[in-house]
Amino acid sequence: MLMMVGRLDKAHYAPRVWVAAASDRMSGAKALALEAEWGPGGSGGGSGSGGGSSSSSSKGPVLEVIPRSREVGQSYVTSVATTLYSLAFAAWVVLKHRPQLLLVNGPGTCIPVCASAFLFRALCLLDCRTVYVESIARVQRLSLSGRILRAARAADALFVQWPEMARRFGGTTYAGRLY
Amino acid sequence: MPARKSVLVTVGTTKFEALIRAVDSRAFENALVAKGYSHLVIQKGAGEYAPRVLLPDGASAATLDSGLKVECFDFAPSLAAHVADAALVISHAGSGSIFESLTAGKALIVVPNPLLMDNHQAELGSHLRAMGVLECAAPDELTAAVLQLDTAKLKPYTRGDASGIVAAIDTLTGRVASGSGKAERAR
Repeated sequence: MLMMVGRLDKAHYAPRVWVAAASDRMSGAKALALEAEWGPGGSGGGSGSGGGSSSSSSKGPVLEVIPRSREVGQSYVTSVATTLYSLAFAAWVVLKHRPQLLLVNGPGTCIPVCASAFLFRALCLLDCRTVYVESIARVQRLSLSGRILRAARAADALFVQWPEMARRFGGTTYAGRLY
Repeated sequence: MPARKSVLVTVGTTKFEALIRAVDSRAFENALVAKGYSHLVIQKGAGEYAPRVLLPDGASAATLDSGLKVECFDFAPSLAAHVADAALVISHAGSGSIFESLTAGKALIVVPNPLLMDNHQAELGSHLRAMGVLECAAPDELTAAVLQLDTAKLKPYTRGDASGIVAAIDTLTGRVASGSGKAERAR
């Protein structure tokens, strides 16, 4: 994700909002460190789970952290409540930033964010393109996030990183490997 | 003194005791010496098993009677320097580790962890082996794999780049007119 956003036209894809899972302490920090390197004027979206670029300009990069749906060992009854909470949180993040591009790379946190964007778009509250990039580690099967987005037709583009995957899974696209 | 020729063994951010046990043996030491390696660097991760055949109790480095120099550590913030120094990388088959080694142009043997349930890492290893850019081995086949490996016969890995995906995103968002992307869409 970091290297992909690094290759985007950062002045065009700005401002950038990075979204990471609360359980992921590394990705958000790495993204903000890279943003600091790019400096002001470099602004797009992405993260250890997903990102969006919104229309308002002259704002610096922002990091949003989505709470976990379920802690390890948490009971299923209370995990219903925390799942709803992380869904609501993701919806709020999407509504707040109104991304025009949502770029996601797979971890489970991306699903509530993509679902929110899909819903708001269906309600004509949002004009956003969702782009999913499958992990290069996936050579035979899509990840769970990839399968969900493909089945729900919730992404405008589903990139896989091997041509064999694009041939096997209709609706996915191969446009080169990131590594 | 012969030139430095180093082997890096890495298990990544978790633990993979079967791999550490496989390299901690006289047979593995002999294989490295027979292939002309001078150094063995082991990143052992969080596993409890520490090399005890090759290293004296509690030691993190030693020079063996065979001349092989062995060092072992748990983790490092970055393995880039160790990868750059290595003539051969033996990796736990994590995708980050695999592509770090391949894009650095290193000979690579991957050892997928058989304990992982959803083992798409093994699929990635097999796929890249079919491309001829690396070798795969189970922990108990590793010594034989090192002996058989002819690093000159591994194909160089052609590094990918983001330009295709970036062009497709530019087209999708309307930043550039369609038709300039080179994406291949299935059906």
